[in-house]
Amino acid sequence: MWQLMTWVAWAVSAVLLLWMFWDFVSVNRRYSEDVLLSSREGVDDLFGETSKTKGN
Amino acid sequence: MADQAIAQAQPKQLQLLKVLGPIHIWALGVGIVLVGEFMGWNYAVGKGGALGALIACWVIGLLYTCVAMIDSEITSTVAAAGGQYTQAKHMIGPLMAFNVGLYLVLAYTMLEAGDVQVAGQLLQIGAGNLGHDIPWEPYTVLALAILAFINYRGVFMTLTINFVITAAAFASIIILVIGTQPWNPGAVLLHKDLLTGLPYGWIGVLASLHFGIWYYLGIEGTCQAAEEVRSPGRALPMGTMLGIITLLIAAALTWYVCCGLLPWEYLGWDNELAPLYDAAHVTGSPLLTVVLFIGTLFSAIASANGCINDASRAWFSMGRDRYLPTWFGAVHPRYRTPFRSTLFLIPIAAVFALYIPLAQVITFSILSGLLNYTFMPINMWKFRRMWPLGTIKRGFEHPFHPLPAIVLFVLCTVTFFAVYLGYGRQLLAMMAFYIIASCWFAFYRYRYVKRGDQFTMPWPRPVGY
Repeated sequence: MWQLMTWVAWAVSAVLLLWMFWDFVSVNRRYSEDVLLSSREGVDDLFGETSKTKGN
Repeated sequence: MADQAIAQAQPKQLQLLKVLGPIHIWALGVGIVLVGEFMGWNYAVGKGGALGALIACWVIGLLYTCVAMIDSEITSTVAAAGGQYTQAKHMIGPLMAFNVGLYLVLAYTMLEAGDVQVAGQLLQIGAGNLGHDIPWEPYTVLALAILAFINYRGVFMTLTINFVITAAAFASIIILVIGTQPWNPGAVLLHKDLLTGLPYGWIGVLASLHFGIWYYLGIEGTCQAAEEVRSPGRALPMGTMLGIITLLIAAALTWYVCCGLLPWEYLGWDNELAPLYDAAHVTGSPLLTVVLFIGTLFSAIASANGCINDASRAWFSMGRDRYLPTWFGAVHPRYRTPFRSTLFLIPIAAVFALYIPLAQVITFSILSGLLNYTFMPINMWKFRRMWPLGTIKRGFEHPFHPLPAIVLFVLCTVTFFAVYLGYGRQLLAMMAFYIIASCWFAFYRYRYVKRGDQFTMPWPRPVGY
């Protein structure tokens, strides 16, 4: 049983890593670099006041 | 036609998701650190004896309280991914920021490697106790793959899971304390017989400061979530200060239980990895043994989970600012995570976890962390001088400035000396690495940095500029 668990550990690891790699490739193909790299630093709402106003 | 449809469906701007609250900040900070109560701190006992380790617990506790206070003030104001890297960029300049970014990535990636290595080895020990010999490597890779997968798919789930397993690990320490009947001295805990003064004198106490860092290493990681918190001005100081209070309690309880159950000669050279688990074993209670085994495993997994989160944010921020190739500054359009940075760092952590001994990996992490803490007092000093109280909105104002900054700087200097006593060559090699990396940045990479884009906070002109 322990030997089987070891093989299961390798198999689950491989499945998860392959899924991430597949998703990584598909996202890079579907979206342009301009979109993927569009994040900008800078916070304009330090105390969550905007979301509070929206909630009201 | 199809291309046009895809182009129209693409969002204009992607940002990291703002979904976190104070409990996630607590889970990130305490989750990264708590593994240090379950293992590692006990080598301070080997250097300075049980009382030396207690002094290290207090002194390094003071160091980290200063770190938490300073971080809470600056991060509640400079609320952006990258934490201390972004602070350095705003307060000091690009070369310091590049170095601080590298300290962060290295500290978290090495700690992550150590954590998953420990998780695999713990399962090997557990199976060994049941009479089965299994390899640890598949379980180390499995832990890394599962945590990478969770991190890849979103920060909310990542840190919610961290909250649950960190709280369970902390609860296991409380259960062990209750199980040893501290209200009845001499029944289970034998401090009177086991505390033997300072076996190597005060130089041993000084050397033990190096391993005292394990009690708290990583609490500054709360800053990395700054861009994903709903209300950074409130949640970051609250989560960070609650985190350091939790750790001070956990460190004191850990020392109290372990030094009351195990002789310092054993505790200081514990080859079984985990002193709290060993302490539970010594009580003879199967329930406590199982609870502490699970607590130890959970603490290692929580730490690795938080480290993957933090290392990827620091790497992502440096990519976004062109300190590294901009390719790393990408955000996943669906999960809103820095997916390229997350995936890039996983194979590096795997190589260190599988092929480098734990002590070496953790020493790299501690040295990078210490370099980061040494930068913080300078950062704090400049922050208060350039933007005095009242000139910008702060979520937290730490008291007694500049005393915490001075205390932090002095304690960092003393701890560097303590590290030099045991790991002088590694310390020098690390310094050489950062000097070479700085040369690469200054003479090659800096030409790609857009200088006008470095300052992103909506603050008034600093005093004196």
